[in-house]
Amino acid sequence: MDKQGNTYTFMYAAVLVIVVATLLAMVSQLLKERQARNELVAKKTDILQSVSIESNARNAEDKFKNAIKASYVVNFKGEKVDGVEALSVDMAKEVRKSVEERHYPVYEASLENGEKKYIIQLRGTGLWGPIWGYVSINDDGNTIYGATFGHKAETPGLGAEIDKPVFQDQFKGKQIFDASGNLVSVMVNKGKAPQGALHEVDAISGGTITSKGLEAMLKSFFQGYENFLKNLNSESHE
Amino acid sequence: MSNDNGPLFSAKNMKLITAPLGAQNPITVQVLGICSALAVTAKLEPAIVMSISVIFVLLFSNLIISLLRNTIPSRIRIIVQLVIVAALVILVDQILKAFAYDVSRQLSVFVGLIITNCIIMGRLEAFALGNRPWPSVLDGIGNGAGYGVILIIVAFFRELLGSGTLTFPGIGTVQIIPDIFYQWGYVNNGFMILPPMALIVVGIIIWVQRSRNKALVESN
Repeated sequence: MDKQGNTYTFMYAAVLVIVVATLLAMVSQLLKERQARNELVAKKTDILQSVSIESNARNAEDKFKNAIKASYVVNFKGEKVDGVEALSVDMAKEVRKSVEERHYPVYEASLENGEKKYIIQLRGTGLWGPIWGYVSINDDGNTIYGATFGHKAETPGLGAEIDKPVFQDQFKGKQIFDASGNLVSVMVNKGKAPQGALHEVDAISGGTITSKGLEAMLKSFFQGYENFLKNLNSESHE
Repeated sequence: MSNDNGPLFSAKNMKLITAPLGAQNPITVQVLGICSALAVTAKLEPAIVMSISVIFVLLFSNLIISLLRNTIPSRIRIIVQLVIVAALVILVDQILKAFAYDVSRQLSVFVGLIITNCIIMGRLEAFALGNRPWPSVLDGIGNGAGYGVILIIVAFFRELLGSGTLTFPGIGTVQIIPDIFYQWGYVNNGFMILPPMALIVVGIIIWVQRSRNKALVESN
């Protein structure tokens, strides 16, 4: 057969592609379960990190069980939604719905010193792909206790710095609402955030679009969780 | 070399492995694969995993292309090479996600970018298409290792001087610079973490190599 002819070339390409596709599909099916488990463990590690509990792939399950006392899903009005499990909420789908229609997962953590923190889950868009995060909030429903962010494909050294402690630690002690209870969120400030500012953190140099995306994500989800957080506040005053 | 039927580890074959480690090094002499050498060398662990991944992809793509070399229509040979390299890279990515999730998160986009690593397509075109499978496998290991050695050297110095630690796969981060140094006023050089220092470290390695091996110095 003529190896340089069109028929041979087309046949060759077709067979090659089918063989490769079958092989990859098989591998993907084979490893799917393991990968899903890894992702769940990574999620638990992130959640724990937002309340400053360090964990790794080996002990994340246990620590999660110890620290996270309850998890549930709330709606825009701040009411609990029955029949949905917090860990199984697919934020990639939720983020496409309008703020009023989303499901909002909440994880209640009790720390060793007896304090109770509420962890909320966020998702938004960076420069190259999705970004996400977990923010833990004191029981006043206003002060941020800790935050952890992740990203799929932000530029290493620039936007990708949002998953570093240097950036995340800035959020500790920031407040979501002002003194009269209006939502102000936390702004990502280009340049230097003034010392002691309650609603500002420093942006990442060279990571402007990621920083802006993060700011938009915070705003949008604080809005979504607003009623839930305000309910916490009124409960803690009673 | 394609008619070479000598012993598996004949001197000629061994040279396929040793040459890329020194005088034919893909990074310092051929200046291929520089991009990922800059990107994944801030810590030792990703550099080691990246090296192993590249050796794996290079070994098997060389082997497969060499086995198929007499059947590949020359008009679509680049596409065939790409499909095979891409399939192997996806395989590596999937395996890392299943068995080394943390590392796969750190390497993120760079695993996918192995496809575009110039070393791989370069070796397929220059070697595997014209040689028998066994020498091709050795050539793949040699060039992958030559790439890996430089990556690991660069990562070693960048992490040691930049963070004062070394991170090994399976062991985790080990602090190398003792605390007492910091109390005496030693400070980590944060500049080492940034990409430009990778370029400078690679430059220093090239300088050292050329001053020891004058044959590599171009005449003016």
